[in-house]
Amino acid sequence: MRFMMLIHHDEPALAAAPQKELWADYAAFNEALKKAGAGMSAGERLKPSSTATTVRQRATATDVLDGPYADTKEQLAGYFFITVNDLDEAIAWAKRCPSSKYGSIEIRPVVDA
Amino acid sequence: MTTPEEAARAAERVARESYGRLLAFLAVRTRDVAAAEDALGDAFAAALRTWPKDGVPANPAAWLLTAARRNQADSFRRSKTREASEPYLRIISEEIAGASSSLEPDIIPDRRLSLMFACAHPAIERGIRAPLILQTILGFTAEDISAAFLLPAATMGQRLVRAKTRIRDAGIPLVVPEKEELAERLDAVLDAIYAAYSKGWNDVGDAGVPEIADEAVWLGRLVVSLLPEEPEAKGMLALMLYAEARRPARRDAAGAYVPFEEQDIGLWNGSQIAEAERLLLEASRSGPTGRFQCEAAIQSAHTARRVTGVANWPAVLALYDHLVVLTDSPVVVLNRAVVLAEVEGVDAVLDSTMASLGEDKRMIGYQPYWAAKGHLLARVRRMSEAREAFTVAIGLTTDEAVRAYLQRQLAAVNQPNAAMTAIDLQCRP
Repeated sequence: MRFMMLIHHDEPALAAAPQKELWADYAAFNEALKKAGAGMSAGERLKPSSTATTVRQRATATDVLDGPYADTKEQLAGYFFITVNDLDEAIAWAKRCPSSKYGSIEIRPVVDA
Repeated sequence: MTTPEEAARAAERVARESYGRLLAFLAVRTRDVAAAEDALGDAFAAALRTWPKDGVPANPAAWLLTAARRNQADSFRRSKTREASEPYLRIISEEIAGASSSLEPDIIPDRRLSLMFACAHPAIERGIRAPLILQTILGFTAEDISAAFLLPAATMGQRLVRAKTRIRDAGIPLVVPEKEELAERLDAVLDAIYAAYSKGWNDVGDAGVPEIADEAVWLGRLVVSLLPEEPEAKGMLALMLYAEARRPARRDAAGAYVPFEEQDIGLWNGSQIAEAERLLLEASRSGPTGRFQCEAAIQSAHTARRVTGVANWPAVLALYDHLVVLTDSPVVVLNRAVVLAEVEGVDAVLDSTMASLGEDKRMIGYQPYWAAKGHLLARVRRMSEAREAFTVAIGLTTDEAVRAYLQRQLAAVNQPNAAMTAIDLQCRP
């Protein structure tokens, strides 16, 4: 199964985390993902939610809004893809992801083509 | 020739004995529990059509499995593109050949434990885990289960369907977890089985409900037999057996509720108590002490006290101290308070533990808290407060027999010279 792993962060909590350690952990995590083989893609980090723009197109008008889609405490901060056998293996990768310590990882199965 | 009645009886027997086993085997690879249920249901329907004509096959379970596998393959062919389903269909036909050549029913590999771990997966909502296990392993309908779980049958049905869809779509595997995860995940399985048991036990008055308790004990035995190395599984089975052993003594001839301290120990089931004691001993030999072992040990101590007449409160209190650390549950703190009253005195407990529990929001709607408080207050003759506590307890009770018992307690409080009966010590986690 292919899963998209969505990384959500509480941005102030992330800023307060020990940066050097965090990004060293991330480098190791991405290396491990790459080594794990086909169907895995290293994480990509997004700029903070303050840089987000949200577009909604309706019959009469197009709204272009300053800010993220949902104004919640935890914001989408990055993602990676994995191809594994089942949810338990996906949970194991979510636990390995350094962001699970500072935020949360949402696991979403990708619809088969 | 087989008569339709004989065929139906044979099908019913196979259903009872091997439903969960067949379903688990069918679902383990596809993770599609609902589709496996449909395939198996159609196979039973076919059996009722053909067995009266052709006779009951030598190995009915293998016959049903073969038929169900064919149904599964057919529906798979219909739903997926031909190409994508090829490798899968090959596996299915190999498995059909394997299963039907081995005509011993026991050779159908037992995957029920894997199915139970999927049903009690952390990604499945906690409240639906026990119903899901009852349905998939035992073949109970949503209607059977809904009464015990106090839900409308339609709601229960929808939630079961949703949970099965989730097993398939979220990618929940039907596997027994690896060693390092096993203990934590097993807790969820045991919790679900024990939840099913508690539903069956707390409402003994309702028709049909004791059956769920029996089935939960059966599931407990199944887990112990499949995971003989796990002490907590034995602890849970022992805990259920202590409660089961007392079931005949829980109601008097008129159906009225009889608290633990007043039960006729002659009515207790000695062989179930002996089995519980043996399981508890084995569990304590083979591993660390978990929540269920600890609760079973407490039941063992209460049982011993009633049988020997020798008080052992400090030992029970020590077990509760351990249990409080393990569970961090206000219900356990409440049960401990009742025992503490025997060791340190009622007044001390009312001022300390009971006072702080009274500030816990979860206790405000919890009937056993108010009943225990009423008993303790009445013992130290604080009658107007006791009256208030018993009144709240009565208001919160859903069980008729327990309500009648509490009303007798309230009446006793209103007659200042009446002796108060002892509090009920049956552990309700």
